[in-house]
Amino acid sequence: MPTNGGAALRTERVTRQYQMGSALIRAVDEVSLQVGAAEFVALLGSSGSGKSTLLNLMAGLDRPTSGAIFAHDRNLSELNPIELARYRSRTVGMVFQAFNLLPRMTLEENVELPLRLAEVERGERAGRVREALERVRLEKRLSHRPSELSGGEQQRAALARALVNRPTILLADEPTGNLDSATGIEIMNLLREINQSEVTIVMVTHERPLAEKFSHRIVELADGKLINSGVKA
Amino acid sequence: MKAGDLTELAMRNLRESLLRNSLTTLGVAVGVASLVAMLSLGVGLQQLANRRLAHSGLFDTVFVMSRANMNFRGFSRRERTDATTSNSAQSNATPSSNTSNASSSNTSPDVTPSAVNGPREFRRLDEGARQEIEHLPNVIEVYPQVRFPTEVRYNGSPYATMVAGVPDSSRGNGSFDGMQGSFFSSPSADEAILQIEFAKELSDQPSSLIGKELVVRYAERQALAAQPGGDPAGGESSDSSGNPGISVVPKEKTLRIVGIIDTEAAAGPGGMGSGRVLIPQKLGEALRATQGNDLQNILRGSGSKPAYSNLTVRTEGPGQVEAVEAAIKKMGFGAFSLQDATRNLRLFFAVFDLLLGIFGSLALAVAMLGIINTLVMAILERRREIGILKALGAADRDVKQLFFVEAGVMGLFGGTLGVGLGWLIGRIITVTANIYLRRQDLPPTNVFAVPWWLVLGAIGFAIIVSLGAGLYPAARAAKLNPVEALRYE
Repeated sequence: MPTNGGAALRTERVTRQYQMGSALIRAVDEVSLQVGAAEFVALLGSSGSGKSTLLNLMAGLDRPTSGAIFAHDRNLSELNPIELARYRSRTVGMVFQAFNLLPRMTLEENVELPLRLAEVERGERAGRVREALERVRLEKRLSHRPSELSGGEQQRAALARALVNRPTILLADEPTGNLDSATGIEIMNLLREINQSEVTIVMVTHERPLAEKFSHRIVELADGKLINSGVKA
Repeated sequence: MKAGDLTELAMRNLRESLLRNSLTTLGVAVGVASLVAMLSLGVGLQQLANRRLAHSGLFDTVFVMSRANMNFRGFSRRERTDATTSNSAQSNATPSSNTSNASSSNTSPDVTPSAVNGPREFRRLDEGARQEIEHLPNVIEVYPQVRFPTEVRYNGSPYATMVAGVPDSSRGNGSFDGMQGSFFSSPSADEAILQIEFAKELSDQPSSLIGKELVVRYAERQALAAQPGGDPAGGESSDSSGNPGISVVPKEKTLRIVGIIDTEAAAGPGGMGSGRVLIPQKLGEALRATQGNDLQNILRGSGSKPAYSNLTVRTEGPGQVEAVEAAIKKMGFGAFSLQDATRNLRLFFAVFDLLLGIFGSLALAVAMLGIINTLVMAILERRREIGILKALGAADRDVKQLFFVEAGVMGLFGGTLGVGLGWLIGRIITVTANIYLRRQDLPPTNVFAVPWWLVLGAIGFAIIVSLGAGLYPAARAAKLNPVEALRYE
């Protein structure tokens, strides 16, 4: 696959395998893929196809068994644990199917957490938190706890948290998986808005209609292998 | 992550499982309390012993005497020579070196190594020497021993006893703490403090003696002018060399009783606790009462020139004794102190405190296991949270530090609470002990002491132990695989 210096993300023959008992599972099998800057790519596949594993590898939460992943031309395999943590903190933002907000913290505190981890000055934080929550239209729910919010609101809060450090890449793992279809569309609209502000989005989903409607390109995986590197459907 | 943010998050986490973390902290507190209680007992006992020793006035004191006097104490020439030979190669030079001094021509030098190394002529321990010693660094007071036999007359009855001089510095060294009445109003007041047993001889109700007067009869020493070939007034005659003698004249002094003391104050070597009527040192010196060394001085030809049999040198503290003692020996006098005794005492208490500390630390070791258990439980409960933190950009180091701070905070609170508890235990034991002592007609005492170094040390130790306990859980939390942690329900 040709490489492009302007790619936000690039994987080169990435393989991730696990040992489960005596069996060797190849969750991701020699996947080479390129995501351009400000592109919105949907990773589509059935359960166990390896799409979440690939997303985790792109997020720097996991390391490939072989192959290489480049983010803005930096090889993630060459980063030490501290640099990888900084990459997760400042270059990528993540949202999950289960929202993963910390239940004992208010929305404001949840959104502030990545700023703490990135060692952003205390005086700057409040403005950044408000800005992120305004972006997802939750600025009036600052002091609410996640349990006081609907599923859609929680996912919007998770999006605000993912965006608060102003990442260039947003990785979304089944962001609509726990939501009804109307709320799912609401979240997808938000993702589109975010993408339009030059944020690259890679979204794992198994909902083809949403992927077709909102993403620029659909990449399909099956049994860990790339079966369609996808042109826009 | 910045320290402030780490601490905030750690405090928040600790508040989340308030009961469990409070119980763990209480465990640390009990451990620290046990340690503090044990060590404060050791420190208190050491301070009590030191106070008692300080009251004796012996451990910040150097006793000085002329080497001529030391030679007078019954050592044979051969014994001393043997001693010096075994002590130093230089001893060969000393046996015949003092013959130039007429008064000591038949004696040999000091047996102490320092004496062997010192000047070969005996220096007189006179007023000049006293002033010279007074000017040594760290010396606060130099005084001769005033101690003489007397006949006390009270209510017309005679009582034979001993009078001893008490320096003014005794006012502040605790020797007279708990006495009835008061210390002397001035360093040369015509006042007396009676030892309780003697006071009981004077009256069935000793305390009623305070404010009353008694008469002390003593033999005053008066110098005679040298009258070669003739008999001096008073019946004493000079020797063939014209050395005058002294005249002994009976005198009386009326003293007002100002206090009664339970114990006998120390009066130095050879006179420890021997005074039953205590008078101000300066008054004692001014009385010029005949003392044991007067005869000795006459025999040596000192005659009317006043010389002291010994001097007591008070230093600023036990730490200065060694240097002062060495300086005095260098001046050519015999000197000794009881430093070795204090050194052994310090060694004893160091070992005692160490043992108490080890026993006290056992409870803290148990508390350490409690911290490990609590934090391991916290890892299990917060597994997903750790995964989220890592996904949001936390490095392994951040997670490790977070658990460390949580352990440290438990140590800090536990340590602080423990010090308070330990102090409370000490107070309870002290109060209980004093109730018991009072019932036994014994004076109350404080056997517990919680000095600042113990407070800070115990809190610091609790934090260090807690951080030690947090090592394993923190490392375990930091190593969690974020992908697996995020999957954890």
